Amino acid sequence: MLPLIRHEGVVIPLDRSNVDTDAIIPKQFLKSIKKSGFGPNLFDEWRYLDQGEPGEDSTLRKINPDFVLNKPQFAKGTILLARENFGCGSSREHAPWALLDYGIRIILAPSFADIFYGNCFKNGILPIAISKELTNTFFDKSQSSQGLRLLIDLENQFIIDGSDKHDFDIDAFKKYCLLEGLDDIGLTLKHSVDIKNFENNYHSQFPWLTK
Amino acid sequence: MATTLYEKIFNRHVVREDNDTYLIYIDRHLIHEVTSPQAFEGLRLANRPIWRANSILAVPDHNVPTTDRKKGILDPISKIQVETLDNNCDAYKLTQFKMDDERQGIVHVIGPEQGSTLPGMTIVCGDSHTSTHGAFGALAMGIGTSEVEHVLATQCLIVRKFKTMQINVNGVVGKHITAKDVALHIIGQIGTAGGTGYAIEFSGSAIRGLSMEGRMTLCNMAIEAGSRAGLVGVDSKTISYLKDRPFSPKEELWEQAVESWKELISDEGAAFDKVINMEASSIEPQVTWGTSPEMVCGINENIPCPEAEKKESNQKGYQRALDYMGLKESMPITDITLDKIFIGSCTNSRIEDLRAAAQVVKAKKIAKNIKLALVVPGSGLVKAQAEKEGLDKIFIDAGFEWRDPGCSMCLAMNADRLERGERCASTSNRNFEGRQGQGGRTHLVSPQMAAAAAIHGKFIDVRELE
Repeated sequence: MLPLIRHEGVVIPLDRSNVDTDAIIPKQFLKSIKKSGFGPNLFDEWRYLDQGEPGEDSTLRKINPDFVLNKPQFAKGTILLARENFGCGSSREHAPWALLDYGIRIILAPSFADIFYGNCFKNGILPIAISKELTNTFFDKSQSSQGLRLLIDLENQFIIDGSDKHDFDIDAFKKYCLLEGLDDIGLTLKHSVDIKNFENNYHSQFPWLTK
Repeated sequence: MATTLYEKIFNRHVVREDNDTYLIYIDRHLIHEVTSPQAFEGLRLANRPIWRANSILAVPDHNVPTTDRKKGILDPISKIQVETLDNNCDAYKLTQFKMDDERQGIVHVIGPEQGSTLPGMTIVCGDSHTSTHGAFGALAMGIGTSEVEHVLATQCLIVRKFKTMQINVNGVVGKHITAKDVALHIIGQIGTAGGTGYAIEFSGSAIRGLSMEGRMTLCNMAIEAGSRAGLVGVDSKTISYLKDRPFSPKEELWEQAVESWKELISDEGAAFDKVINMEASSIEPQVTWGTSPEMVCGINENIPCPEAEKKESNQKGYQRALDYMGLKESMPITDITLDKIFIGSCTNSRIEDLRAAAQVVKAKKIAKNIKLALVVPGSGLVKAQAEKEGLDKIFIDAGFEWRDPGCSMCLAMNADRLERGERCASTSNRNFEGRQGQGGRTHLVSPQMAAAAAIHGKFIDVRELE
C-alpha cells in the first residue's frame, strides 16, 4: 500500500451530503476483476452527460461542465471536500480504488459511513472527519479564484491552511499502517499461533461451529 | 454484569486486543462474485493459503441473469466475473452454489435458508447488507475487499468495538404493516447516519412479533441507517427456523447448540449507549420520495414530510432529490404514477414476501401504465416453494414476470434495470440516484405496497384495496 505521511494539494469542493458509493463508482464498473483503472469513471453519472460503459474511452465522452471535477481550477485537485455521511451505501471497495486511481489521497467531511471509512485506510487514502464549521470555512475558501491549497501532516495530525493549523483525530493503529504503508494481513499473521490457539479452544467450546 | 447481546457475541470472539483495536475470529464467510476476485488475486500474489476453507459459502448473485439462464451470461464482462468466482472456488475447494444449482440465490437469502447462518456467529461478507444475518442473534457485518482477503488469510478481522443502540418498537403493528415499513420508519426518524458507529439491537413486542423473514428485512436495512450490524435476540422463532436446515447442527450437537443459543439475548438491565423507543401502532405504510432512504413518509402524507423539513442543513439536498425524482414539494404520495414494479432483493424476496404480494394481486391485473412488473425470488428454493404454492401463477395471471433468483434490479448489474426517467416501486433497499439504472427513479416500499401499486398504477394505501 502507498504510504501517506504528508500531503499537499488543491481542494475539490463537492458540495453534497450523503454521497453514496453508487455515485462514487456506478455498478456497471464493478464487473472488473482488477483493482485499477476506475479513475476515469469516478463519479461517472455526475461527471459525464452520457451513460458510461466499462471499457469505453472516457476521453471521447461528453463531459458535464457544471460538475466540480470538470472545472479547470480543480482539475489537479487531490483533496476531496464533501458534506455529512460521505461514502454511505454499498461496501464496494471499488469506491476508494476509483478515488485513488483518480489521484485523491485525502477526503475531508464532517462524517463518513463506517465501511467506506475503513476501506480508505486499506488503500492509502486518509479520510479526516472535520467540524461542520471548518467544513463551511473550507467550502467558502475553495470558491476563491485561486482555490484552496492545504497541507495535511498525518504524523503530527494537523491540517495546515496557510497560517492556520487544525488538529484532527485518528485511530493510532490506522495511522501507523498508513504512515508505514503496511499490509495488515502480514501483521495479523504474526499472531498465527494466537489465532490457532483461540480457534482450538473456541471449537471445543462450540463444536457445532467447526463446519 | 448485565451484558448486551452485541457484547456477548463480541467478547467470545476476541483473539487479542491492543489499545482498543481487536482481532476477532470469524465463523462464517459468505462470498459473491463482485467483491471477491481482487481478494483471491491478492492471496495468490502473496502466496498465502486460505485459513479455514469450510467457513466459506460462495454464490454468484449480483451479475446473474434472471431469464433464459440455460443460455449462460450474455454480457461478456459479467460472465468473466462469475467464471472467476467459479474458478477460485474450484481452485481452493470451497463450497459454492453455482448459477445452475437450485440452491443458488442472493447470498443473504441462502445463508439463513441453508442454516449456514447460526446464532452467536460472527458472519462477514463483502456486501453491506450482511447485516441481514443479525436477525439470528449473530454479529454480521459488511466488509470491503481488503477485509475479505484478510479474513480469507487469517480467519480474523481487525475491528474496534461498536457503540450499542437499542431500538424498542413497542405495541403491535397494524394490518399490512410490515418489517419494511418499520425499517423505513426508523430510518426516517434517526436518519441514514443515525446508526453510524453503532450495533443496533431491535427489540420490543413488535419485533418479537415479527417472523424470521421480517427480522431479516429489518436487520438488512440497519445499514441504511448507517449501522453495520443489526441484531435481534434469539427466541423460539429463531430456533424453529433453523431446525433441520442443511448446515444446522444435528442430533446431540443440535441440543447442545440450542441450549447455548438461549443465552443470546441482552441481559435485563444491560446498558446501551443509546436507547430509542417507538410505538408500533403509529407506523403507516412507508414510501420513499427522495434519493436517500431517510427521505420517506407515510402513504397518506405529502412530500417532503414535516420531519424532513426541520433539518435545515439538508434543504439543498432535498431540492436536488425532488428535481432528480421529478416530483414537487407538498405533492400527495398517492399522486405518484409508476412505470415499473420490482419485487425482490435481499430485503424482500423471501417466501413470506412473495406470499404477501401474491395475496394483494390475486385475481387482479396490473394497471395499463405499468410497463414491467418483476418478481425475482431470493433463491431457487424460494422459487420452488412459491411454485408449489401456486404463487407464480397468481403473479403471471396478474401480468407480472416470474424470474430466476438473483440481485437483479436492486442494483441493475445484470440486464434488469430502469431506463432514464422511469419510476419504480421497488421492494429493494436503496433509492440512490442511478441505483436501479442511470436516471431511474426508485421508491422503496414493502412487497404489499409494491403489489398494490402494480394493480393501481399509482401508489395507494394497500389497506384501501380490500
